[in-house]
Amino acid sequence: MKFGVIQFPGSNCDYDCFYALNDVFKVEVEYIWHKQTDIKGYDGIFLPGGFTYGDYLRVGAIARFSPVMSVVIDYAAAGGLVLGICNGFQILTEAGLLPGALMRNNSLHFICKYTYLKVENNQIPHTYSCKSGQVLKVPIAHGDGNYYIDEHGLSLLIKNNQIVLRYCEENGEVTPKANPNGAVDNIAAICNKEGNVLGMMPHPERCVEDCLGSSDGKYIFNSILNFIKNSKVKL
Amino acid sequence: MWLVKIYVTLKKGLLDAQGKATQNALESLGFKEVEEVRMGKYIHIKMKGQNQQMVIQRVEEMGKKLLANPVIEDFTYEVEVLK
Repeated sequence: MKFGVIQFPGSNCDYDCFYALNDVFKVEVEYIWHKQTDIKGYDGIFLPGGFTYGDYLRVGAIARFSPVMSVVIDYAAAGGLVLGICNGFQILTEAGLLPGALMRNNSLHFICKYTYLKVENNQIPHTYSCKSGQVLKVPIAHGDGNYYIDEHGLSLLIKNNQIVLRYCEENGEVTPKANPNGAVDNIAAICNKEGNVLGMMPHPERCVEDCLGSSDGKYIFNSILNFIKNSKVKL
Repeated sequence: MWLVKIYVTLKKGLLDAQGKATQNALESLGFKEVEEVRMGKYIHIKMKGQNQQMVIQRVEEMGKKLLANPVIEDFTYEVEVLK
């Protein structure tokens, strides 16, 4: 099993993703430089968090045109597993791999804190080992996490079961108070229609060991690893 | 040479948190007449082009491909001949 973590100029959670995969989950992982245009042989591709290109113009807008993104688009179209975290999520929406957009937090504050997330869809690789309705404690750290999609788009997300994680209270109740950034419908993570591409604002790679305050990020990593172990599809 | 002034703004109806915060600040400074503040970006481009129509065509492409995100933003522009 081998994973790739893309490094864009300004990525800063690339080492955390690498560490989680390599040191905690003991799987093979390689960095992929953003100018690389061959990403064959990977079981999954991670787009890590950060501030690619200094967030100039719009978050993710410039990284979206990095050479590697054209092959990520092909990889995703062929059914490859993709996970975009935080800035990675923003890049995936800019690239059109996921619908909607991420706007400035409604409070205008950069928010760095633990949040609770309700697993709304456990039928995709990234949440394969989670229970439906399970509550995960995972931190966020972003200034632009306010997910926006118009009403029609939202109805399609709901219809296709593309809302994967919602911000919730500790007891799993999805309330306006639990929404840290103004995201439509408390959305913290969505997938594409096919379910192989997930974008999430919270950082699972930052909570894979108890000493970090939570190890619930393990549910996301274990889901991906278990799904791949149990599936025969290789790209 | 042409000078193109491009303005990118959040679509109407979307909460413009920066605009709202700025409006509140203006009001607290006594500018009670302010009804609305919308924040956006101003992009200043100098470019070559044979005629205005061709410049406009290229600027439209730039706006759609990169400068604005059509999910949340609109863009407008003004084109001038640069002497």
